Amino acid sequence: MPRNPQLNDKGELQHLLSVEGLPRELLLQILDTAESFAGVTDRDIKKVPLLRGKSVFNLFFEGSTRTRTTFEIAAKRLSADVINLNVAVSSTSKGESLLDTVANLSAMHADIFIVRHGSSGAPYLIARHVKPHEHVINAGDGRHAHPTQGLLDLFTIRHYKKDFSGLTVAVVGDVLHSRVARSLIHGLTTLGAPEVRVIGPQTLIPAGAAALGVRVCHSMKEGLKDADVIVMLRLQNERMSGALLPSAQEFNKNYGLTAEKLALARPDAIVMHPGPMNRGVEIDSNVADGPHSVILPQVTFGIAVRMAVMSMVAGGG
Amino acid sequence: MKLLVKGGRVIDPASGRDAVGDVALADGRIVEALAGKPDRVIDAKGLVVAPGLIDLAARLREPGDEYKATLESEMDAAVAGGVTSLACPPDTDPPLDEPGLVDMLRRRAKALARARVYPVGALTVKLQGKQLTEMAQLAEAGCIAFSQANAAVADTQVLWRALQYAATFNFPVWLRAEDLWLAQGGVAHDGEVATRLGLAGIPVFAETVALATLLELVRATGARVHVCRISSAAGVAMLRRARHDGLPLSCDVGAHHVHLSDMDLGYFDAQCRLEPPLRSSRDRDALGAGLADGTIDCIVSDHTPVDDDRKHLPFAEAEPGATGLELLLPLALKWGVQARLGLAQTLARVTSAPARILGVEAGRIAHGAPADLVVFDPEAPWRVSAQALKSQGKNTPFLGLELTGRVRATLVAGEVVFEG
Amino acid sequence: MAALPDAEALCASLASALAPRIGPSSAMIGIHTGGAWVAERLHAALGMKEPLGFLDIAFYRDDYDRKGLARDPKRSKIPFDVAGKDLLLVDDVLYTGRTVRAAINELFDYGRPASISLVVLVERDGRQLPICAQHAGVRVQVAAGMRLRLKRSGEGRLSLELERAA
Repeated sequence: MPRNPQLNDKGELQHLLSVEGLPRELLLQILDTAESFAGVTDRDIKKVPLLRGKSVFNLFFEGSTRTRTTFEIAAKRLSADVINLNVAVSSTSKGESLLDTVANLSAMHADIFIVRHGSSGAPYLIARHVKPHEHVINAGDGRHAHPTQGLLDLFTIRHYKKDFSGLTVAVVGDVLHSRVARSLIHGLTTLGAPEVRVIGPQTLIPAGAAALGVRVCHSMKEGLKDADVIVMLRLQNERMSGALLPSAQEFNKNYGLTAEKLALARPDAIVMHPGPMNRGVEIDSNVADGPHSVILPQVTFGIAVRMAVMSMVAGGG
Repeated sequence: MKLLVKGGRVIDPASGRDAVGDVALADGRIVEALAGKPDRVIDAKGLVVAPGLIDLAARLREPGDEYKATLESEMDAAVAGGVTSLACPPDTDPPLDEPGLVDMLRRRAKALARARVYPVGALTVKLQGKQLTEMAQLAEAGCIAFSQANAAVADTQVLWRALQYAATFNFPVWLRAEDLWLAQGGVAHDGEVATRLGLAGIPVFAETVALATLLELVRATGARVHVCRISSAAGVAMLRRARHDGLPLSCDVGAHHVHLSDMDLGYFDAQCRLEPPLRSSRDRDALGAGLADGTIDCIVSDHTPVDDDRKHLPFAEAEPGATGLELLLPLALKWGVQARLGLAQTLARVTSAPARILGVEAGRIAHGAPADLVVFDPEAPWRVSAQALKSQGKNTPFLGLELTGRVRATLVAGEVVFEG
Repeated sequence: MAALPDAEALCASLASALAPRIGPSSAMIGIHTGGAWVAERLHAALGMKEPLGFLDIAFYRDDYDRKGLARDPKRSKIPFDVAGKDLLLVDDVLYTGRTVRAAINELFDYGRPASISLVVLVERDGRQLPICAQHAGVRVQVAAGMRLRLKRSGEGRLSLELERAA
């Protein structure tokens, strides 16, 4: 196996491609660094000059307003210049290859590429071909990884639960297609959460799930019992009917998070969701807006986490 | 032209001969002894002299994909790899479903005077799995078997009729076992690695379901079927039982699949994007064992040149396939060493066994057999690099790695077609 | 230098020197980590109105491109409005002046103070920027290749140590 492409030969983070393969100390360092960025909004000038003069290119091959926006906000809080590339209307749709697109941007002196792509592994291909001073941050590749989301989920859990060593975490929904689930599961197992469960019908749980270190449950009754953290995954529209699931209604009945099912978990359980939510499908409004929900804080934490990641990859040394 | 290949370790798997000696060639055939002095002597001291390799699957990219490779470059690659006879699959562009195309390919290959080329015709028109091709006419034009390459015949009724029709004329049918629907969208073996990497998986049962269908149809029609590129332990087990039951089957495995597993994908290495996918290490080991116990008859290169533009892409978007003509010998030798089988047994998997399936005289060293030979150094190491490969396809997971086994000379019909 | 000065004694003498200068608009900010320890001593001794603020200059350093982000940045926390205050910026050792430059830049991102006075436990030679301390516990010369560091024991006792520079 070749060396982990995310780390340079000193073990420092030069790209963020996946939570998997990051050592425990590095994960904790990212969370601690994010903690220190959380105070930036307390001041008059909500910026620090760390990335002044650096260019951050948002290279989104898959549409996403919210993730792109939070990366943009995070980059601007670091005083970086941000360029947004809506690839759907750019040269790639004219047949330009992924690597040619990146090479062209590199010629315009990019420092950080934030990449979201529909194919698993695309950011690795890019990272193999960028110049030494250029850094790649994966904003989601196919169903493989969404490391900043995984990290902000870990940050959120740590914020409310203090430490991972006694936690029971349940991840519910379309795990098969979820890069968010994979990144979070890798982070939880690295940080030592003793019980990580995935809950969903067999059609939505991947074949190799047990090898990820999780316990597979096919009922909410079994999976939510005494859970400390519940992470609801978004169910994509195209999966709601057809060969994977019969309908959104039946999914909600069996796997949607209702107040009743929430009662199976610990009384102080927190409810998370990467967003955007399908109210009434994977989560009922009274739960999404209720006292257990930390969905909005997740978004705030996401900015600090992304500031931390950008600062750590872009530093010299 | 009289030639003497002198002093090499002559290995003929078909007869069991394995001794130091000379091989005499005259008028394109192997002879017991030469009448008179040879026109040329090839010094094979310290080297192995074996029948030229016979590769049942090598894509020459002609007609159609000439920008990827040309017939000439790939024929050069073949003889540089010691391959003297090869069968090329019908998935050219356009597919080999018309006698005119087959004829043209055979002529071009013959004119280049390197390896012998045996075209495999399309089983259905345009490989679309709907309408039978004119198999008799294609056979007359030179097709030695019929195949779908990597395209499925989704309609089982069509598959049944195609096998019946082929059986009528005793035409062999070479098929991969993969269910179109179960494999749809998949790019990697459906297991732990694909789950971690977030790649759509092709489960083992995509192979076994199709194989079960195929075996039943063979039982019903009596067609002579050769199963191509078996990929799983479960598939090998099914074949073992079927052969034990006496079904008239043969089977091959891809050279890369005997050595690699899905673990080799690493960080999305598109060089490992292959059809069928590289499966688990358990599957890989079962393929090696199946080859050793005869359940699988032979190793093929499945040579598929793909240029960089189509490989330097995210895994799922990259074109599947690996270059293989020049790797067939060293990869076969490596398998033989691991299986502890000795050179004669190892070489049988790339000479006498494929010769039997192809139904040709070559693949053995005996008086009167075609003078197709390979002279090679089984111990010589070499680094697999773009420069070292004659094929225009530099796409292989072994790029940058060292392999053992180097061809020194290749002869076809008594002519030296490669010296290295 | 024969023996290193006693850090605790220096804190006490600084507090005495500062006492007459404390007014209603005064506020104190310590620079992590050594400056924060000194500021805790001074703030307690002076009984100031405003709570103590802390600055971590990790995001304002000028060596980010060479060295990357510091391993364990602490959180800056200023629990009062900086605008219009007469700030006492406290650090342990004034050496090149770059830390103070970064701290001043960071302070101005919080607001516009009325004034900033620099208070340091030790002012040593080696300035690389035009920065000076208004109040210094002691002024010293340090041998080439050596660094002066403030340490805090398990019981909280402050002491100065001389060590080889990295």
